[in-house]
Amino acid sequence: MTTEPDSSADTAEPRGAASATVPPTDGPPTDGPPSGESPSASPNALTEPAGKGPTGKAPIGNAKVGTADVVFKNLTRAAGFALLALIVAIALFLVLKATHALDVNKGNFLTTKEWFPNDPTPKFGVGATLFGTVVTAAIAMILAVPIAVGIALFITVYAPRQLSSALGYVVDLLAAVPSVVYGLWGLIVLAPHMTGVQLWLNDYLGWIPLFDADSVGRSYFVAGVVLAIMILPIVAALSREVFLQVPIAHREAALALGATRWEMIRTAVLPYGRPGVISASMLGLGRAMGETIAVALVLPASFSISGHLLEPAGNTIAANVANGWGEANTVGRGALIASGLVLFIVTMLVNIAARAIVARRREFSGSSA
Amino acid sequence: MATRIEVTGLTAYYGKFKAVSDVNLTIEPKNVTAFIGPSGCGKSTVLRTLNRMHEVLPGARVEGRVLLDGEDLYGAGMDPVNVRRTVGMVFQRPNPFPTMSIYENVIAGLKLNGVRKKALLDERVEESLKGANLWDEVKDRLNRPGAGLSGGQQQRLCIARAIAVEPQVLLMDEPCSALDPISTLAIEDLINKLKSSFTIVIVTHNMQQASRVSDATAFFSLEKTGDPGRLVEFDKTSKIFTNPTEKRTEDYVSGRFG
Repeated sequence: MTTEPDSSADTAEPRGAASATVPPTDGPPTDGPPSGESPSASPNALTEPAGKGPTGKAPIGNAKVGTADVVFKNLTRAAGFALLALIVAIALFLVLKATHALDVNKGNFLTTKEWFPNDPTPKFGVGATLFGTVVTAAIAMILAVPIAVGIALFITVYAPRQLSSALGYVVDLLAAVPSVVYGLWGLIVLAPHMTGVQLWLNDYLGWIPLFDADSVGRSYFVAGVVLAIMILPIVAALSREVFLQVPIAHREAALALGATRWEMIRTAVLPYGRPGVISASMLGLGRAMGETIAVALVLPASFSISGHLLEPAGNTIAANVANGWGEANTVGRGALIASGLVLFIVTMLVNIAARAIVARRREFSGSSA
Repeated sequence: MATRIEVTGLTAYYGKFKAVSDVNLTIEPKNVTAFIGPSGCGKSTVLRTLNRMHEVLPGARVEGRVLLDGEDLYGAGMDPVNVRRTVGMVFQRPNPFPTMSIYENVIAGLKLNGVRKKALLDERVEESLKGANLWDEVKDRLNRPGAGLSGGQQQRLCIARAIAVEPQVLLMDEPCSALDPISTLAIEDLINKLKSSFTIVIVTHNMQQASRVSDATAFFSLEKTGDPGRLVEFDKTSKIFTNPTEKRTEDYVSGRFG
């Protein structure tokens, strides 16, 4: 009696595991009826699995989970590092390819407006195209984000339930369509009708220098409108997802304080969704700044910097790459890659700024609630 | 300040589903009235009809009358937004606005009412937080996020937010069900204090709580799942818990049912 528990406590795991499997099969059916031995056997049978089970089984279970854990951890780690490596590789590629072209450049790469990288004495700068990229993307954001947020709010707050789910479905579908499809529509159908809008803007808002124009045509404004249409569905779909995440409890809290629907949105929905809407906008901005074909087709590819947004002029970095790559020589391609590097850096700066805005009130973000 | 509520022939629906049928009761001013009953009996639904929060849910509607000092909350031309400014509400789970500080949470309702003067807001914040027994714990960190408080503190913050707009009635929907016993006790103490200023209606699953804090108790029940809930008995709390008229009430409060 006294030796058995001691020995069983000292036995190595395999034996313990074996002895743990034996008593349940032997104990109850055969030794159960005899009175003298069964009580002493059954406490052992009970204590052994209870004492052994955790010590005997745990390492096996842990080892199994441990292996899978380690494998999975390393897989995800590899994926994470692969992403970093990819970013570094892209940056290195851009820098290496651009260096030679920048060396032979006779102009200041950041401020020069001209783009003659294929000449015997290359002179080029990213000034005009960078200006065009920023201006068209800004116009697109100013037009698209408020409308997208409005769509998302209508779907999540105002629309009756059936309409809301139908619209949500449609917006998700639209967001999945490649933006170039909207770009082509904007280009072929919408842009021709923009002349009237631009003339109207010039007539009534012409006293603002931005809308002052000698003539209107394929302008930054039209490109911005086309870009706005391209990014609208994705920003709207993501914003809708964000607003759906606002807990009913917060919405009801606002309503119970006597908030109207709009006050409820301002008190509970918008502040809670703000980081998500910013992220959605950044995705839209990335698309707008990187969009190539639609912009290349709209803008006249002139290298000028003008604040008159309605006048036919302008180019963007992405459109310039698309337009110029085919006929570029070695230096010309290096110059285009250098402009790509600028786009890369600008995108990163904008994202860092957006993250800083989100992080500024992180403790008020509701993630801790 | 405090107000009598008369409910007559109240029936509440969620779409086609009749949740509560034909409720009649009168809630006395400056009293604590508890709604008890098994899950699904409609006690929370009835509570939410008292400040027109029921109809916030899609498809939900109400028949019957709820008179607040003689004025029908569901009368023509009655704006639910105004009703909710008169009848405040505290929810089951503490729900301070996570994007706001403690201070901003308390004044959220006041800002909706257009109060902008800093001095007045400061004064109301202190008053309300003191009224909710929370002032001493948070007075040094009013600009910290409200969501950073403990569950019990968050619930008292929500009570402060509700009383800051000086409602006449305070509705509480299982205010302690997400809280530990110490925090629950703090809320119950608070309810005892608040009833000198407000008419309070509280829904609770905890019968001890109902017997501790309330002056009158309404027992709701339903025949079987899918049937509408009904008011079985409404009387002084002491009578409901010691000598109820209805057998079903007795079964429930003595723990033999539900």
